[in-house]
Amino acid sequence: MADSNHIIIESGDAVQPFTYSIGMHGSKFFTEIRDNRRFMGIRCPKCKKVYIPPRGVCGDCFVEMNDWVEVGPGGVIGTFTILRFAFIDPETGHQKPVPYGYGFIRLDGADTLFQHYISVEDEKKIRIGARVEPVFSMNPKGSIRDIEFFRVID
Amino acid sequence: MGKRVAIVGTGQTFHKSHRPDVNGQELINEAVVRALQDADLKMKDIDAVVIGNMDHFEGINYVDCWSVDGSGGTMKPIIKLTTGGTTGCTVAIGGYHLVASGMFDKVLIIGWEKNSESDTTGAITTAFDPIWDRLVFAGAISGLAAEAQAYMARYGATDRDGARVSVRDRRHAMNNPHAQLRKEVALEEVLASPMLADPIHLLDVCPRTDGACAVIMASGELAEKIAPKPDWIWATAARHSYTYLGDADYGRLTSMREGAQEIWKKTGIKEPRKELDVIELYQPYSFGGLIWIEDMGIVGPGEAPQYIWDGNTDMGGELPINPSGGVISCNPIGATGLIRCAEAAMQVMGKAEGRQVPDVNFAFSTGFGGCWWTDMILHGRKKPK
Ligand SMILES: [Zn+2]
Repeated sequence: MADSNHIIIESGDAVQPFTYSIGMHGSKFFTEIRDNRRFMGIRCPKCKKVYIPPRGVCGDCFVEMNDWVEVGPGGVIGTFTILRFAFIDPETGHQKPVPYGYGFIRLDGADTLFQHYISVEDEKKIRIGARVEPVFSMNPKGSIRDIEFFRVID
Repeated sequence: MGKRVAIVGTGQTFHKSHRPDVNGQELINEAVVRALQDADLKMKDIDAVVIGNMDHFEGINYVDCWSVDGSGGTMKPIIKLTTGGTTGCTVAIGGYHLVASGMFDKVLIIGWEKNSESDTTGAITTAFDPIWDRLVFAGAISGLAAEAQAYMARYGATDRDGARVSVRDRRHAMNNPHAQLRKEVALEEVLASPMLADPIHLLDVCPRTDGACAVIMASGELAEKIAPKPDWIWATAARHSYTYLGDADYGRLTSMREGAQEIWKKTGIKEPRKELDVIELYQPYSFGGLIWIEDMGIVGPGEAPQYIWDGNTDMGGELPINPSGGVISCNPIGATGLIRCAEAAMQVMGKAEGRQVPDVNFAFSTGFGGCWWTDMILHGRKKPK
């Protein structure tokens, strides 16, 4: 259907930066990762579920949570995929380098899954239930990138 | 209980990967004009308009205002509803609520998308949490792949089971002139197509599409006057189940399970497998066609592959699924859920032409979004008591 009769107008390079508040729970999580390499989750006083990332309210019970618990740093792969198709990462404007491992990690002591990269050095080792550990950045800044990736240790 | 509500007309575009010959308003107008023709109504008969899409695909935020030339919404009550992939089903549920309330007798419902206007994966990523979700996220396909991996590990399903679903939907699309992709594929072709995200191959997933759909709902006796065989709305349900992607139970669609249970309970359906006649499932990838019909209660956990291999969900089978060819054959995202609703309505109204399932009493349509949200509608030939 694309033909010379129909004009397409491009938006061109447009940049719209945002400044996100991550709140006291997110701030504590990233401070602990940056300064102490510790993963902090939070437990619901009612259903006892341990959430990571930590947050203020348990959605199931709709109650406030204040009970911090350390989880990880090790865990198992809850589920995963290996991304093989190239796409533009809207966070950077550049193509995401593929292939990469996308892990949903069940950190020891947590009930929800923590999303991060899994090293795909040896793809055969990546399976549900495999034990993993985080590899931390040598130059932590207080963000999700302070963890570089997880790697399988089985 | 509110008023009884029925669908009295539907319209959709001939969906394509790219429609440079129309802008958004004009695309919407094509579907609206066809729905009005189908119901034999004029725009002046419409009391209110509900419209939706996923606005980050086009980068236009007030489509309710911007689109009135095309939608017919000029100087009428019009609202926008947008809930991600579920949008098309949500607008139908919203329209149903407006008519059932007794405040509006005839409501026009519109879903549309011009997916060709931006990078789909990039745009979808902006719908997810910037701090916790986006680092590794790769659009809808990454979450779907993680779901399929978990299901396969839990129940021993294989990529061949997934491919069988894709073969079914692509064959069904041959009967639907509105579908974007109308080409049969063999099982081995699905498995040989490029791996996008393990275990999902290119031919396991939906395309991106420009398209629009419109549905007209009317109240009780009015509906019976407008349409000889209206499609009655029996029940609807909507469930959103998580905040961050890591919160979900991978391998099961909790939102489908809870929503479907609510509907079967509300309507007294005991055995959905026997009592439903056709399903239009918002199934953007093949493995969803296995996992989600188990959560719906059609078959038990882990039983879907055998049920599908046995041909039960093919045309002519016990419970045909996606006679339209489904989402794998056509996916203008904001319209996709409403297309499921319209196709289910056409089955009940006897207007599904080459893709008609005989003697439809109950049809079921769903919307899927985010990942892991589900909206759903039970349609019936008989007016609910
Ligand atoms: Zn709780």
